[in-house]
Amino acid sequence: MAVPLGAFIAVSAVLFFIGTAGVLVRRNAVVILMSVELMLNATNLALVAFSRRFGSIDERGSVFVVFIFVVAAAEVAVGLAIVLSAYRNRPTVDVDQIRQLKG
Amino acid sequence: MIQNVWLIPAFPLAAFLINGLFGRRWLHRWTGIIASVAVGLSALIAIGVFLEVLGGNERTTVTLYQWIGVGDFHINVAAFIDPLSSVMLLVVAVVSFLIFVYSNGYMEHDHGVHRFFTWLSLFVFAMLILVMADNYLLMFVGWEGVGLCSYLLIGFWFERPEPYVAAKKAFVMNRIGDWGYTIGMITTFLVFGSMQFTQVFAHVDIATQANLTLICLAFFFGATGKSAQLPLYSWLPDAMEGPTPVSALIHAATMVTAGVYLVARSMPLFEAAGPSLAVVGAVGALTAIFAATIALVQFDIKRVMAYSTVSQLGYMFLALGVGAPVAAIFHLATHAFFKALLFLGSGSVIHGLGGEQDMRKMGGLRRKMPVTYWTMLLAGGALAALPPLAGFWSKDAILASAFVSGHLVLWAVGIVTAVLTAFYVTRALWLTFYGEPRDHHLYDHAHESPAVMALPLVALAVGTAVLGILVGFPPEQGFIDTFLRPVFGGEGGRTPELATIVTLAAVSVAAGVLGILAGFSMYVRHRPDPAAVSRAAGPLYRLLVNKYFVDELYDHRIVEAFRAAFGAMWAFDIHVIDGLANRLGWLAAVGGTALRRGQTGIVGNYALTIVAGLLVILVAYGGYAAGIFRR
Repeated sequence: MAVPLGAFIAVSAVLFFIGTAGVLVRRNAVVILMSVELMLNATNLALVAFSRRFGSIDERGSVFVVFIFVVAAAEVAVGLAIVLSAYRNRPTVDVDQIRQLKG
Repeated sequence: MIQNVWLIPAFPLAAFLINGLFGRRWLHRWTGIIASVAVGLSALIAIGVFLEVLGGNERTTVTLYQWIGVGDFHINVAAFIDPLSSVMLLVVAVVSFLIFVYSNGYMEHDHGVHRFFTWLSLFVFAMLILVMADNYLLMFVGWEGVGLCSYLLIGFWFERPEPYVAAKKAFVMNRIGDWGYTIGMITTFLVFGSMQFTQVFAHVDIATQANLTLICLAFFFGATGKSAQLPLYSWLPDAMEGPTPVSALIHAATMVTAGVYLVARSMPLFEAAGPSLAVVGAVGALTAIFAATIALVQFDIKRVMAYSTVSQLGYMFLALGVGAPVAAIFHLATHAFFKALLFLGSGSVIHGLGGEQDMRKMGGLRRKMPVTYWTMLLAGGALAALPPLAGFWSKDAILASAFVSGHLVLWAVGIVTAVLTAFYVTRALWLTFYGEPRDHHLYDHAHESPAVMALPLVALAVGTAVLGILVGFPPEQGFIDTFLRPVFGGEGGRTPELATIVTLAAVSVAAGVLGILAGFSMYVRHRPDPAAVSRAAGPLYRLLVNKYFVDELYDHRIVEAFRAAFGAMWAFDIHVIDGLANRLGWLAAVGGTALRRGQTGIVGNYALTIVAGLLVILVAYGGYAAGIFRR
C-alpha cells in the first residue's frame, strides 16, 4: 500500500471542512448545494479508504458509497428544483433574501 | 314447505330493502303495494308451514347457517318450528298482512308513506325472526329489532313534539326490560352452556333453584318491558302517538305479545323454578285490573284501547302464571284479531273525522260509518267476552284454568277485570257510535273509509267471530288444546267436570253482561249520570284520570335521580376529562410559541445550527472515546 491511510483521512477532512465552510459562508443557493456535494464526497473518500483498509472481503464501505451517490443525486435534483421554484417566486438565489419560512 | 320456512321473513326483508333503497326517489305509493304483497306471500307460506305442522311434522329445526362457533359453543341462525311457533307465525303473518292492506288506505295522504312501509316491513321481519328463533340469542335479535321499529314508528310524525317524546320513552323503557332479558340470557348460558331452546329445556334439572329463579325472573322482567306490564307498562299508552296501523300491529297484535311468547317458550324453565310462575301470575292479574281501571275514564279512543291492551296482556300473563300456557297463547291469538280490529276501527273513525281522537266530540257515527260500526261492535263484544265471539272462549279458558288450578284470588281479580272491561268497551263504543252527534261540524264531514280499509276490517271481523269457537270448542278439549299441549308437556290432566265448566263460563258471561249493563245505564239512560259519578268519586276519579300518577312518580323519583346522577357525570366529563384534554392542548400551544423563536427563516442559521449540533456530538464523543483510551 503506497499511500498511507492517514493521507486519505486528511484529504477527506480538508474537503469536508471546505464544504462546511462553503455551506455556512456562501449566500448563493447553488453554491451551497455544490458545497454540500463536496461534503458528501469527502465522506465517500473516507468510506472508500476505510473500506480498502479494513473491509478485506466484502467491501461494505464501497457499497455504502454507491448509496450515497444515489442519495446525493436525488438531493441535488430536489434541491435544484426548490431553488428554481424559489427563483420563480422572487428573482434571487440569495438565501438571506429567502426567509418567508420564519415561524 | 317447512324447509322453506326462511322465506317467511325473507319477503318482508326484501320489501324493507327495496322500499328503503328506492322508496323515496322512485316508488312513493308503490311501497305500500310492494310491502303488502311481500307480507301476503309470507302469510301464505306461514299457512303452509302451519298445515304441515298440523299434519304431524311437530318439531323441525331448519338451520340457515352457523352464526357463532367458538370452541364447543355454537349459535346457529336456525328456525325452530313446533306448534307454538307455527301458531305465532300464522297469527303474526296473517294479521300483519291485513294491517298492511289497511295501511295503504290509511297512510295514502301522508308524504312519508315510503318511510312508513319501510319500517313496517322491517318490523315484520324482526317479529318473525323473534318467533322463529331456536335460541335465546337469535330471539334477542328479533326482540331488539321490533323494539327499534317500534321506536321508529311511534316517532313517525317526528315533526310534532309528542310522538318523538313518546318514542323515546318507549325505547328507554324497552331497554330497561332488555337489560332483564340480557341477564337472563347470560345466566342461561353460564348455567347450561347453551342458549338453544331444546338443549336448555332438556337439562333443566342440572340447574339449581336459585339459578333457575334468577333466569326466570330476569326473563320475565324483560317480558314486562316488551309486553307493557307493571312496572314498565307506561310507554304503551303514550305509544298511541304513532299512526293507528302501527298501534294495531305493533302495540296490540304482535310486538307486545313477544313477552307472552317468551314466557310461554321458556315454560319448562318457569315450571321448574318454584316461585317465578306465581310472580308472573300476580303481576299479570295486577296489571289487568290496574290498566282496566284507568281505561274506564279515558276520553281518547286510542288510549282506551291502549289501556285495554295492557289489561288483556295482563290476562295472558295471568294464564301463564296459573300454568295454562295454552290458554295464554289462545288469548294471544284471539286478542291479536279483535284488538287489531278495534284499533283499525278506531283508525277508521279517526280517518273519517280527519284526525279527531276525542270521544267527547264523536257520537252518532253509526249512521255515517256502518262497516266500521258493525265490525267494531263485534270486536267490542269479543273484548267483553260475549259468547260465541273469540274473546269469550279464550278469556273463559284463562279464568277456568285459574279457578281449577286453585288460584281463586287471581280468578276473582280476573272476573272483576272482566266487568270493568265490558264497562269501558261499552262506554267507548257508545260515545263513538250512538247518541246524538256532539260536534256537528265533525259529524257532517265524517265519511266511511274506502274499501281498502274496510275489507281488512271485515276480514278481521270474520276471524273475531269464528276463531274462538273454531279452535276453542269444546273448552279444554278444543283444537288449540290438542294442538299446543304437546309443546308444554303434560296431557292436560285436570279436565274439570262439565258442570264446573258451564258454571265458570256462566260467571264470566255474567261479569261481562254486568259491565255492559252498567255501561248502558250510565251512558244511555244517565242513571247514574257519568258526570255526577265522577264528581261523587272525587279524588278517586282524579286518581284514575291522572293514571294513578305513575308517570309523575317515575318522573320525580327515578328520572330526577338519574338526571342528578348524569349531571354529576357531565360535570366530571367537562371538568376532568375535557379539562385534561384542554390542558394538554394549552401546553402544546405555549411550547410552540416558545420554540417558534428558533424558526428564523434564514437558511444560514439552520445550517449553523446543524454544524453546531455536529460539533457538540463530536466533542462529546471525542471526550467519551478519550476516556475509554485512558483506561
